Amino acid sequence: MNAIDATLTQLQSSPSALNWYENGTSRIPFRVYTDAERHRKELEAFFYKNHWCYVGLEAEIPNVGDFKRTAIGERSVVMSRAEDGSVHVFENVCAHRGMQFCRERHGNRKDFVCPYHQWSYSLKGDLQGVPFIRGVKQDGKVNGGMPPDFKKEEHGLTKLRVATRGGVVFATFDHAMESFEDFVGEAVLHYFDRMFNGRKLKILGYNRQRIPGNWKLMQENIKDPYHPGLLHTWFVTFGLWRADNKAELKMDRHFRHAAMISTRGNAQAANEVSKVSSFKETMQLHDARFLDIVPEAWWNGPTAVMTTLFPSVILQQQVNSVSTRHIQPRGNGEFDFVWTHFGYEDDAPEMTERRLRQSNLFGPAGFVSADDGEVIELSQKGFEQKPDHRALAELGGRDVGDTDHMVTETLIRGMYAYWRKVMGE
Amino acid sequence: MSEQLETYFAVTQLHARYATVVDAKDWDAWCELFVDDCVYRIQPRENYERGFPLATLSFTSKGMLKDRAYGIRETLFHDPYYQRHVIGAPLILESSATHIDCESNYAVFRTKLSELSTVFNVGRYIDRIVRTPEGLRFQSRQCVYDSEMIPNSIIYPI
Ligand code: FES
Ligand SMILES: [Fe+2]
Repeated sequence: MNAIDATLTQLQSSPSALNWYENGTSRIPFRVYTDAERHRKELEAFFYKNHWCYVGLEAEIPNVGDFKRTAIGERSVVMSRAEDGSVHVFENVCAHRGMQFCRERHGNRKDFVCPYHQWSYSLKGDLQGVPFIRGVKQDGKVNGGMPPDFKKEEHGLTKLRVATRGGVVFATFDHAMESFEDFVGEAVLHYFDRMFNGRKLKILGYNRQRIPGNWKLMQENIKDPYHPGLLHTWFVTFGLWRADNKAELKMDRHFRHAAMISTRGNAQAANEVSKVSSFKETMQLHDARFLDIVPEAWWNGPTAVMTTLFPSVILQQQVNSVSTRHIQPRGNGEFDFVWTHFGYEDDAPEMTERRLRQSNLFGPAGFVSADDGEVIELSQKGFEQKPDHRALAELGGRDVGDTDHMVTETLIRGMYAYWRKVMGE
Repeated sequence: MSEQLETYFAVTQLHARYATVVDAKDWDAWCELFVDDCVYRIQPRENYERGFPLATLSFTSKGMLKDRAYGIRETLFHDPYYQRHVIGAPLILESSATHIDCESNYAVFRTKLSELSTVFNVGRYIDRIVRTPEGLRFQSRQCVYDSEMIPNSIIYPI
């Protein structure tokens, strides 16, 4: 091999092999966050195959012809409601010459028309109209037209398989994969159904942020009960988080999804509670309405359940604030994070007000969420400067399993156990 | 005309004061530009135009503003940054003995330490300003922003 060959081989070879401490997942190589090629492999393995990905809520498209443009991984898709009321998801790439034809993010249509050559598609994504399909008559002869064997049925948009449950819409490019219910698994499905128990949802609005960090860091953030009482001092200051809160961590059998379930304890003196140093017993809110919490029957006990559905979404119930948080990667070093806050159609006006007021705690400016984006950005910076190093996730040991406390990083280890299995490295 | 000019001048001064205090990180002074029973909202244009009530931040009393000031100072971890407001000429929609309704465009630039300055948030203020013995104060300031993506987070008031 000459020098040029050697260089080419090196440049073209797969990203350098990962070194896993004791062949486990308690130490995570920074390379899983920094390699562009590995990221493309992740998109294929997690977003485009074998996983149900979040697309939206049925309440976003209540009427026939309503649509919403969104994304699965880095592919633009459209969710629509057809004449028979069914929900469809298709890829936003014209079957003719590939134009991303849908540019509005929402609206109502009778059909979808690609502006370039006016191919039109039904609300289900089937090809309907092709201009000049039989050619153009001129001076007694027919010019052009599609070949005689051209069949419209063969040139619809790429349709995804759709699953809806409790008003939430998931889709997959993978028509052969297991059902949504099997994908989520019994343990986590229980918490999914708790939040989406069949009541109609009411959309309260969106927040959109672009976070310059690897998308997995957001999954990790919501699988990390170590940080809330330490990073989010607001939580602690105003008594919403205590290290002795009753808590459980539950995973599906593959360790990819998880629920962090916690129940706020009764007020106790600070010294009985935690060693969290920032607890300020005397600190009072100027306006206590931020924390005007009213327990709801459907909680069934827990005051907060944060559910991570791998890879695409986080389901939030934090006291009266409920939202979905959609992860849309953009390369290995950045992702968009779209929050859809909602309520339930049978909410009294005071409850809607309360949900909106508590939403000040969450989102890109939230009292206890803005800092999550910040630490993710700065983690990515650390990885980029030292790609051969690794993160440590050994709180609570090096193994993976459900727990009845929060003092552990087991969910992160679980996620990487799954990641290793799927990625084969 | 002179009364109108006086109002216009007073409103532009209020806007200039607002820019000065939020760019100087003087959160206490920011709170004091509002009356006690005030509204302050930062809302995506999308929600505003589609009639969705959700805002990125939505405060309905000066107490909430003070709580935000406390959060910025004491509890919210964030990468430090400067911000710089540029506020366009106000369009006075209504002016009476008690209040003024007006709108103005704004752009906020963000400069992180050791970094270039970038466009952070652009939008429109929709204001209800009231005349008080201490001068003009905001009864309501809505920041309706075009910026489709928040560059990670918003910590300081817009
Ligand atoms: S590319 Fe869409 S119609 Fe030609
Ligand atoms: Fe957090």
